[in-house]
Amino acid sequence: MNAKKLWISFMTIVRKDVLRIFKIWPQTFLPSVVTSVLYFLVFGTVLGEQIGDVDGFSYLQFVVPGLVMLAVVTNSFSDVATVFFVSKFFSRNIDEILVSPTPPSVIIAGFVGGGIVRGVLVGALVLLVSAFFVPISFAYPSVVLLFLVLSSLVFSLAGLVNGIYAKSFDGISIVPTFVLTPLVYLGGVFFSIEALPGFWRDLAAANPIFYLINGFRYGLLGLSDVPIATSIAVLVGLAAALIAANWYFIRTGLGLRQ
Amino acid sequence: MNEGKHPALVVEHVKKTYASGKEALKEVSLVIPEGDFFAFLGPNGAGKTTIIGIVTGIVDKSAGTVRVFGYDIDREPEKAKACIGVVPQEINFNIFETPLDIIVNQAGYYGISRKEAIPRAESLLRSLGIFDKKDQESRALSGGMKRRLMIARALIHKPRLLILDEPTAGVDVDLRRSMWDFLRSLTEKEGITILLTTHYLEEAEQLCKHVAIIHQGSIIESGSMKDILGKINTDSFLITLRSQVTPEIVEALAAYRAKKIDEKTIEIETDDGRGLNDAILLLNGRGFPIGDIRNKSGRLEEVFVRLTGK
Repeated sequence: MNAKKLWISFMTIVRKDVLRIFKIWPQTFLPSVVTSVLYFLVFGTVLGEQIGDVDGFSYLQFVVPGLVMLAVVTNSFSDVATVFFVSKFFSRNIDEILVSPTPPSVIIAGFVGGGIVRGVLVGALVLLVSAFFVPISFAYPSVVLLFLVLSSLVFSLAGLVNGIYAKSFDGISIVPTFVLTPLVYLGGVFFSIEALPGFWRDLAAANPIFYLINGFRYGLLGLSDVPIATSIAVLVGLAAALIAANWYFIRTGLGLRQ
Repeated sequence: MNEGKHPALVVEHVKKTYASGKEALKEVSLVIPEGDFFAFLGPNGAGKTTIIGIVTGIVDKSAGTVRVFGYDIDREPEKAKACIGVVPQEINFNIFETPLDIIVNQAGYYGISRKEAIPRAESLLRSLGIFDKKDQESRALSGGMKRRLMIARALIHKPRLLILDEPTAGVDVDLRRSMWDFLRSLTEKEGITILLTTHYLEEAEQLCKHVAIIHQGSIIESGSMKDILGKINTDSFLITLRSQVTPEIVEALAAYRAKKIDEKTIEIETDDGRGLNDAILLLNGRGFPIGDIRNKSGRLEEVFVRLTGK
C-alpha cells in the first residue's frame, strides 16, 4: 500500500471509532464529566477549605490536573481496550481489517488514534467543567497540550495490549479497576509527593502516572515535583515500549490469529 | 499485478495443528486456475474453513506455502490480501452499523477513498437487492440480506479471487438461485476466480468447474466436475407416471434399483448396461404411460457420500 492508501486506511479506523464515541456520548463523555463535578463539589466546598492552600494554590486548583488526568487515562485506556476486545471477541469484525492489506503499524495507529481523540476530548471537557468551580490558568499551554496527547497515547497503547490479550469482559475491566485507578490515586492526584515520607516517595517515583500528573500540573500551575524533562522522557519511553509490544503482538497474531 | 501469469491460488503441502493438538490439516495441496469456479467440499470439521482462514491470513499454518496470484502470503501478505475478497461462514460485521458504512469502511481498509467507495458500494447493494436497506442498522436485516451484505463487502475492492465460505447457508431457494446467477456473472463477465465451500452439493454441481473434496484434513478427491461426476457411471431419473405407482412396476424395474418416491413418481438408476430407453419401453409395455422424466441432480452428492461416508 502506498502512503495515500495507508492514510485512508488509518483514517477509516479512526473515523469509525470517533463516530462511535460521539454516537454513544452518554457512555463516553458524560460519566467523566459527572464524576469530576462530584469531585469538585466534595473537594471544593466540603474538604478544600479545611485543607487550605498547596504551594500558593487553593486545594481545588491543585487537584484539577490530577482529576483531568484521571479522566484522560481511564477513557483512553478503556476506549481502545473495549473497542478492540469487542471487535475481536464478539462481532469478530476485527477480521474485516485482518483480511485486508492494512499493515500492523496502521492497525495500531488507527485504534490508538481513536483512543487519543477520546482521551483529549474528555480531558478538555473535564478541564472546562473545572473552570466553573475554580479559576483555571495555563502556565505553559504547550505543555498542557503535550501531556494531554502523550498521556492519551500511552494509555491507548496500554489499552490495546489489554484488548489484544483479554479473553473475557473481566479481562478488560480488571486492569482499569484494580491497576489504573489505584495508580492514579497514588500518583499524586490529591497530594504532592513531597508530602510523603522517604520510602513512599520512592515508591511513588516508580509509578508512571505520577510523571504525567506532574507534567500536566506543571503545564497548568507551573508546579513540579520532578524536572519536566524527566516526566516527558518517562512517557516517551513507555510509549515506545508499548508500541513495540503492540507491533509484535499484531504482527505475529498473538491473541488474534488461531 | 501478476496478471495471467500465475494460478489464482496455489496451496502446497499445508499443514495445521492447533494449540489444542488437533491436527486440522494433514498435508493439503491444491491449485485453482485464474477464472475458475472451484468447489471445496467436505463434511463439517474436515478442514475447509481452516484452509480459508490460512489463505486470508486469520489462521497461522504450521507448514507449507500459499501463493495468491503468485504472491506468497508470508513474504508479500499485503499484495496477496489485496487480491482476495472473503465472505466468511459466520456473520462478522458490526450489526449496529449501516450496510453502506460497513462496505465503505471495508473499502477504506484497502485504501479506497470514501468518494470512490460510496458509488461503488451503492452499485453493489443494488445488484444484490439490498439498496433500500443501505441506511438501516444491519441488525434489522434478514439472514439472507446479511449474507448478501457480506458478499457486497467482499467485492468492494474488486478482488481477483473471491472466497465464499457457505454463502447460501440458511438462504431460501429463490434467493439462493438468484445468488447463483450473481456469482456466475462474476466469473463469466468479470473474470473473478471463485472458491466456494457449501453444504448444498447441488449448488457446487450447478456452479463449479472444478472440485476438491477434503476429509479429515486431507484432500481425498480433486479434478474437474465432469471427471469427478464421471466416476459414477450411473445416472438417476425421476419418472412421473400418468397412473399410480404399483408394487408390481417397482418390482419389474428392480434391475434399475427403482424406488417409489410418491404416488406417481418413481426413481430409477441407469448405467451402461441398463439404458433409459429400455426402462421407458418396459413401462409403456406394462401399460404405465409416462407423464414426465427428469434427470435427478445430486450425482455429486453420490460421489461425496461414497468418498466420505457422510
